[in-house]
Amino acid sequence: MQKSDFTIALAGNANVGKSVIFNQLTGLGQIIGNWPGKTVERAEGILVHHGKNIRIIDLPGIYSLSTYSQEELVTREYIALGHPDVVVNVVDATALERNLFFTLQLIEMQVPLVLAINLVDIAKKKGININYTRLSKIFKIPVAETVATKGIGVHEIVDDAIELKLKKTKEIQSKIRYSSEIEKRIELLEFELKQITLEHPLRWTAIKLLEEDLEIINLIKKKAPHIIEKAQKLSKEIEQVHKEPCATVIAAERYASAARIVSKVQTHEQPQKPSWGERLDDLTMHSIWGYIVLFAVMLSILGFITFFGGWLTEFLQNLFEQFNPNISGFLHEVAWNGAVVGFYASLAVALGFILPFYLILGVLEDSGYLPKVAYLMDRPCHSMGLHGKACMPLLVAFGCNVPACAGCRILETNRDRLIALILSTLIPCSARTVVILGLVGAYVGIQWALALYIFDFLLIFLIGRLLNKTLPGTSVGIIMEMPPYRIPSINVVIKQAWVRFKPFLLTAIPLIIIGSVLVEAMRLTNVLSIISDVLSPITVTWLGLPAFTGFLFIFGVLRKEAALVLLITVAGTTDILLVMSPLQMIVFTLVIMIYIPCVATIAAMIRETGWKRAFEITIFEIVLAIVIGGLVFRLLDPFL
Amino acid sequence: MAREQIEEYLEAIYDIAGKDGKAKTTEIAEKLKNAPASVTEVLQRMNRDGLVIYEPYQGAALTKKGENIVIRIKRKHRLLEVFLEKILHLPQEHVHDQACKMEHVINDETEQALCKKLGVPTECPHGSPIPPCNIDVNSCNECLQTDDSKRKKRKQRPISITTLKPGQKGKVVFIRGGRNVVQRLCDLGLISGTPVSLIRGAPLKGPVEICVKGCKIVIGRGIAEKIFIQIEDL
Repeated sequence: MQKSDFTIALAGNANVGKSVIFNQLTGLGQIIGNWPGKTVERAEGILVHHGKNIRIIDLPGIYSLSTYSQEELVTREYIALGHPDVVVNVVDATALERNLFFTLQLIEMQVPLVLAINLVDIAKKKGININYTRLSKIFKIPVAETVATKGIGVHEIVDDAIELKLKKTKEIQSKIRYSSEIEKRIELLEFELKQITLEHPLRWTAIKLLEEDLEIINLIKKKAPHIIEKAQKLSKEIEQVHKEPCATVIAAERYASAARIVSKVQTHEQPQKPSWGERLDDLTMHSIWGYIVLFAVMLSILGFITFFGGWLTEFLQNLFEQFNPNISGFLHEVAWNGAVVGFYASLAVALGFILPFYLILGVLEDSGYLPKVAYLMDRPCHSMGLHGKACMPLLVAFGCNVPACAGCRILETNRDRLIALILSTLIPCSARTVVILGLVGAYVGIQWALALYIFDFLLIFLIGRLLNKTLPGTSVGIIMEMPPYRIPSINVVIKQAWVRFKPFLLTAIPLIIIGSVLVEAMRLTNVLSIISDVLSPITVTWLGLPAFTGFLFIFGVLRKEAALVLLITVAGTTDILLVMSPLQMIVFTLVIMIYIPCVATIAAMIRETGWKRAFEITIFEIVLAIVIGGLVFRLLDPFL
Repeated sequence: MAREQIEEYLEAIYDIAGKDGKAKTTEIAEKLKNAPASVTEVLQRMNRDGLVIYEPYQGAALTKKGENIVIRIKRKHRLLEVFLEKILHLPQEHVHDQACKMEHVINDETEQALCKKLGVPTECPHGSPIPPCNIDVNSCNECLQTDDSKRKKRKQRPISITTLKPGQKGKVVFIRGGRNVVQRLCDLGLISGTPVSLIRGAPLKGPVEICVKGCKIVIGRGIAEKIFIQIEDL
């Protein structure tokens, strides 16, 4: 990490545009999208602003500084103990009251604060007018208006932050006063807490103790157990007065303060007719039409990619074959069959299948369609022990399993996260799509490719059910904010696809070319047949595949689409029917689809669940794939 | 006509009634094992008393008054089931029949005492939700902690947000559930007194989408069923 003079942390509710601002400032490609929870860990970047190196931190979106979820805890700890120079609270202008509820909590943490009121263009369209100067005066903190997607006001935030930091005399931010019975007890606790050293601000710690915040209780308990007893007594007293848990009372008062402020600074004219987004909601979230639209969307994506990918593969093959010098000899075979075929086959895979997929995924994400899917699929997810939110990482998994593994963190319990993680590694990602559509779809028939998809979904469903039955506990229900539709920004979609596509270009294509050269060389020197022979009891005897597939399975662990490219290399032609029967292609694809998550996914699993779990899942999937592959071979043999 | 009999009829109509809220005479007769002719007579009488709306050949539908009685009975029934299973340790298969008889005889005071004694259960042993009482308290805690038996009654019984029709508005009265879930809903602005409206519900007991403080929130059915509201200005 570069040395920095200054740190700014972006904090705020989910889906208010923190990551958009982050990308605008740092020029980095933090994945953004119109669904709550895509930032699961904090991202860092450097902005050079008037000759200063400024470190920008993008924090996960949260609604409160309580400890309901992992993200809330992460964000709170960072703000309290990471000591950023300035915290920029990004606020959604269309939902000011709920956003200020969070702002009030940041103010309680006594951090240097700048408010960035984002989405002001959408707010204006909704008839919401906000008096920013007034808001700034009430809080006694700088307030900036922004339209992050268009870059408006984004750099002014940094100016405000620097100015705030450089100010000699710090203005004291206004804080909320609770009703007297609470204030009195906060003071009593503050008095006790003054006796010990604290990591967190005094008043905030006192309030958290009254709210019976488990983290803070554990922290103080070690130092001064008598304070905890006192706090619990005071908390009970407040409960006696209000007849509600103290945390609820305090939250209600915070909301009342937020509402009071909103009434002072905001005027709202109700729009007469529903927006286009709401009318689109009526269709896409409809009890029947919603599902038809969902099905049609999925089917047309698959159809388009099959068609486009197939066409491009053929086009590139014809293009390159023109230059084939057609001389024989060891070096030529290695260079041509290995390097050149490897190159154009991986290019076809990249441009024909993977890039269009990422572009479409980007459009789906940025338009805000994913949360609608979560809503529609919540009920079906329950039978797999999950709830609708799990659909969002699972849909991302169609692009690539790796970000999906991290995305599972938006789920609340360890159990939900584990189930979603296992299922997401079974989702046919773009690399598997390449094999399914490029091999079975192209050579056996699109109906068989579709059958493979349906089979995979059934398998995922069954494994989900099984996990739900065997793992202890039940899922908590879904509680999720529903962001409105918006027209996807072409800029964002392209950038997003590029961020996801770049690692493929940089690592996968060279890897595949090297692999192709290696395979070709090994084939010609008979090393390949040795490896293949070792694996032949599984590949040939049980799965009924040609012996050379053994090597492909091993290489496929690195990148699954490599298995297809290398298959072309091994065959020495793109007419794979010469070396494999349709049934063999189906079995091969089926095993590739299930047998092991690729290395990158395994690494992501290790990060999420640890070595042991990742190892277990990997072994489970290998055994599963081999068993299913062999059974399908025997079942389909009479028919094909 | 005995109160017990009327209550049995009301319950039967409530259980049978489909989407249109109507129960056919023959179905009621079958459920209560009575002759259709006598069922018709009883229904006509209940129609006079304003408990049901009865139309010949169409069947009977509950009025608001009738429905209120049923909900109270259901509450007593399910509380009794919990009591029989948890405290008296009766096997689960037996509690329903017993509760069916007992539900007609216990009064409000007993009902309230049962609820407190059992630690404000939210579901019967078979998993059906226990409807809330209509005592004017902010939370069940308030009821547990104080011993004031002369508490005011609410004009209306709070209903679950899931029973609203799309577009209907109400005010949050209280939320049942674990500390974490209540805290989360609280953070999203669902605090007693807050106006909310139902936007839509997904089919087959899927989640509901509600609007609170200008934000749209999707909540799973299991959680939403425990958010109780009162409909504004009836």
